[in-house]
Amino acid sequence: MLVIVCYNVNTEDRAGRRRLRRVAKVCESTGQRVQKSVFECQVTLAQMEDLERRLLAEVDLKTDCLRLYRMADSRGCEVREFGKFKATDFEDPLVL
Amino acid sequence: MQLLNTLYVTLPDSYLRLDNDTLRVVDEDKETRLRVPLHHLQAVVCFGHVGLSAGLMHRLAEGGIALVLLDMNGRFKARLEGETTGNVLLRRAQHRALDDPAFTLQAARAIVAGKLRNQRHVLLRGARDTKDETDRQLLARAAKDLAASQRAVPGAADLDTLRGVEGEAARTYFAGLNRLVRADQRAHFTMDGRTRRPPRDRMNALLSFLYAMWMNDCRSACETAGLDPQLGLLHALRPGRAALALDLMEEFRPLADRLALTLVNRAQLSEADFETREGGAVLLCGDARKAVVTAYQERKKDLLTHPLLAESIPVGLVPLVQARLLARHLRGEAAGYVPFQMR
Repeated sequence: MLVIVCYNVNTEDRAGRRRLRRVAKVCESTGQRVQKSVFECQVTLAQMEDLERRLLAEVDLKTDCLRLYRMADSRGCEVREFGKFKATDFEDPLVL
Repeated sequence: MQLLNTLYVTLPDSYLRLDNDTLRVVDEDKETRLRVPLHHLQAVVCFGHVGLSAGLMHRLAEGGIALVLLDMNGRFKARLEGETTGNVLLRRAQHRALDDPAFTLQAARAIVAGKLRNQRHVLLRGARDTKDETDRQLLARAAKDLAASQRAVPGAADLDTLRGVEGEAARTYFAGLNRLVRADQRAHFTMDGRTRRPPRDRMNALLSFLYAMWMNDCRSACETAGLDPQLGLLHALRPGRAALALDLMEEFRPLADRLALTLVNRAQLSEADFETREGGAVLLCGDARKAVVTAYQERKKDLLTHPLLAESIPVGLVPLVQARLLARHLRGEAAGYVPFQMR
């Protein structure tokens, strides 16, 4: 399934900027960045739980917020994309 | 079971590195070309001069993702697998089964029978679809010859006789294959029998390339099922040769042939996509290689109904299913091996 991860991390202090970097790293390891703080992750339920656990370990819930959207599998119909950024579909042939 | 993706890197002088559990492909100008989270991948296949970081190699081995190194033309060079995860008891059963000549012969017969049936299917379907009367007759006759070979399989008294039957059938089949090429492409894509190492005409070059792709997947399927890929039934044992993977692949060769025909007949490949080297070797050019790999990957996603499981699965998973069926037979849980049948 497709999971969309969005987050706001308060970057007023150094600890906040560190959290932002670390949250981004966790997301990058699982999906791809489609907007500044939005990631799309094609994962299984178990992987989503894992992702959630790892993200919660990084954020500070008093100042930051995190949203995970689970999209029902309708392969290829979930997202309409416009503009200069084109996401990679990891299930399409990967040939470079 | 899930069909995971395979990353193919044909980009010369590119470099693959591990970046926070994501594989990153960097081209020669240090531009990032692609980032793939590793959980999407089952294998990474590199063509020719592609660099890799040690960190990535360790992570691939750890995650059970196969790393395959091929030369520019798709010929196998090396493969990196993690700790052997296969089942030691199964491998022991495999060795024991191979010591029994009757068992080996029986399984080898099944493998050849499966290949012949699929080859015949390709010819018959071509005969049905063609509009040219002479072609139809030639194809029907070739199919009939193959049927005769099929009947000779159960009577083959030893492996050498069986290989003889197979070779005879292959000659008929490849002659027939020429008739399945679109009439206006025949001048460029006719083959005079199968030639390899090196392939000497365009069709052979294309087939060799596609077989190499299938071979990788069959070998992975053997490893995944816990079988020893080098311990073959039909193919003779030779150091370094993945004989069992070759056995498993036999029934899939006609699928590769069909894809080759599709690529040629739909003009996705033309004569200009091949180059002839000194000494007569014919090879696929860079961009054409990419087109073939893409077509192959697309093909693997197509769904089909597996005749034995009566279940819809992607083509790419069929080798895995067949490897498991073979494993059951070797363990003695199934009376015989039933090769995959094309519809």
